[in-house]
Amino acid sequence: MEPLGTFEIIWRILAQLTPVWIALIALFAVSITFKRKLGLYGKLFDSVIGMIGFGLVMFWVFTGVFGQLDLIVTHDPLAQVSGMKNKVPGTPLMMGDEGDYPWYLLGGDNLARDVFSRMIEGAWVVVQIAPLATMFAFMVGITLGLPAGYYGGRLDTFLSFLANLILAFPVILLFYLLVTPEIVATGVPSYMATVLFVFPIVFVGVLLNSRYHTQPHIRLPLLVIVLGIMIWLYLSLISEQGTKVAVLPRFLDLFDIPGGILVVFVSVVFVNSPTVFRIVRGLAMDIKTRDYVAAAQTRGEGPWYIMLWEILPNARGPLIVDFCLRIGYTTILLGTLGFFGLGLPPESPDWGSTINEGRKLLSIYLHPALPPALALLSLVLGLNLLADGLREESLRD
Amino acid sequence: MGLFILRRSVVMILTALCLTFIVFFLTNLYPNLEKLAKTQGNFRMSDEAVTSWLTKEGYLQPLPVKYGQWLGVLPGWTLETKDGITGRCLTGAVTPEIAAEAPSFCGILQGDWGYSTVFREEVSDIISTRLGLTGKLMFWVMVLMVPSALVIGVLAGMREGSKTDRTLSTFSIITTATPEYVSGVIFIAVFASSAVGLKWFKGTATSAMEDANFENFFLPVLTISLYGMGYIARMTRASMTEVMTAQYIRTARLKGVKFSNIVLKHALRNALIAPFTVILLQVPWLLNGVVIVETLFNYKGFGWVLVQAAGNNDIELLLAVSVVSVFVVLMTQLISDIGYVYLNPRIRIS
Repeated sequence: MEPLGTFEIIWRILAQLTPVWIALIALFAVSITFKRKLGLYGKLFDSVIGMIGFGLVMFWVFTGVFGQLDLIVTHDPLAQVSGMKNKVPGTPLMMGDEGDYPWYLLGGDNLARDVFSRMIEGAWVVVQIAPLATMFAFMVGITLGLPAGYYGGRLDTFLSFLANLILAFPVILLFYLLVTPEIVATGVPSYMATVLFVFPIVFVGVLLNSRYHTQPHIRLPLLVIVLGIMIWLYLSLISEQGTKVAVLPRFLDLFDIPGGILVVFVSVVFVNSPTVFRIVRGLAMDIKTRDYVAAAQTRGEGPWYIMLWEILPNARGPLIVDFCLRIGYTTILLGTLGFFGLGLPPESPDWGSTINEGRKLLSIYLHPALPPALALLSLVLGLNLLADGLREESLRD
Repeated sequence: MGLFILRRSVVMILTALCLTFIVFFLTNLYPNLEKLAKTQGNFRMSDEAVTSWLTKEGYLQPLPVKYGQWLGVLPGWTLETKDGITGRCLTGAVTPEIAAEAPSFCGILQGDWGYSTVFREEVSDIISTRLGLTGKLMFWVMVLMVPSALVIGVLAGMREGSKTDRTLSTFSIITTATPEYVSGVIFIAVFASSAVGLKWFKGTATSAMEDANFENFFLPVLTISLYGMGYIARMTRASMTEVMTAQYIRTARLKGVKFSNIVLKHALRNALIAPFTVILLQVPWLLNGVVIVETLFNYKGFGWVLVQAAGNNDIELLLAVSVVSVFVVLMTQLISDIGYVYLNPRIRIS
């Protein structure tokens, strides 16, 4: 079979991504039609920058999801095909079986794996971890930052000291200290997970309790159900057979997080939460002087009600913008971890690890390192543009 | 002001103590010590051999005691063996007479930073040479990054919404979205590889350690500067647009002052207060960039030492690295606070 030319490679990649294009067009068509009814999300479609950013982000989200559903990838990202080592983009398979995709669209890496499929699979790693880790960091930051800003005083001094302590650490040193196999064996990351993952439960519990504590007939069943489910999820998340933290018996354990991912997740949350804490604290200090907070205090509302139902909703603009930026930053951090070969298994297709492998032969072969690098760049760029668009639109009203 | 600096210094020392204790704790966990023993001795050591090696080297004392010895507030350990007396403050096994003369305290307070197990050298020597190399890198990064970021920011913020603004803002967003390991890889691919064939620069900076020139040093400097540049430029642009809408600028325009004069004489000074703190607070982030870029370009500076020390659990070197980086981070915070007060007359006078 003939090797593919440049245009044919591009055309075939675009064709391979068909499900993504369909999903993107559908999403944009629906959103633009109903944009007046969709609040801030709808307003995003008034700004070109916001739309470009949103498009880029959703492109990678759909790519990750459909890649996981086996709609896009052409080859197994871990399979090594003989004769395809370091082959340039568009090389036909030497001895492909019937039904295999007959080309390596973006070439093979130094272990003869398909670069294109690995890049698509790498998107899933990011889509899986980055938003969730950012959300956890926000819950930790909000739960600690609101009281620090609202009460001030000793509590604020103490929590700010802790936050500055973590921020003074060079991130890479912290990663090296937390993610090496020796430390994982001692269970330190598992204990940190145990502490960090309590915060979402505390957050939701306090949120619901402060809202409904005057209506006991709603509050009690609501709290029991929501907290019950969350605690069960929490216990199955942290307890893993064979590690230091194994509290749940196997039949109650809903799921196990594959090796390395939990550690990576914990360290990323840990690095991000002090910055969120500082932002939330600053916002809370600013907003607590407003009249509506004084009104709520005069009404006799409890402090947690004021923090979570008066201050937090009014701080949402900057927080949403920062959320987008922070997902991008988390993506960069995940890439950094991969780049130093920390946490994720070495054969993992995530972009950081792939860049790290590809850079060793960079002066001769470009194709293994460039696709994941450009992929990471475009995703983070999309998130930054999205944040910019959101900032513009939320400032407008 | 004196009280302020004093209070900040106390917080700084407290932070440094806490951080080094955390590093000390994590590096002294038993699996880490076991790995250290096996890399120093041999990989097939039995568990007993590991324990006896660790005892002999003083690693199995209680953690606070070891930390106190490292700090230099507790006397260093000594042990009598059949060859003579060994100890923290002694090199090799010596006779009791020499051991009695040796100082009993040897920690960082006495200026003894310890001995690196990876490089087999005094930690203080390693740190000073490597820090010098990284200092050279950082100097050129600052020379390239700060002026270009300020120019981009001022040009973009001068006329908000104009075509120049759009172009430059897009450029700065792209640079903030490109982490060093991505831009570095792209630069090497485009400018240094034989596949593209431009070969303008070298893909490694190893030779730049002795003799830095444009060819082997520009790519690492550019890679680090770009990531920070976008952020500083955006801050400068934001503060510039804010100043340009101020009343006194409008007054100047209505008086008929030339636009270039307004920008240079009236707006610039006020617009540069905010970026000043941002530039200083950017230094800790540059430290990360330095680690990545030094690994990528194989430039054996401070960041490279950090990776080597952390990868091999070199306890004393790692502690020294964290002391230095914590010191850098906290110093820049202090300077940026003082500088902000000094630059901003509204705070200075009130």
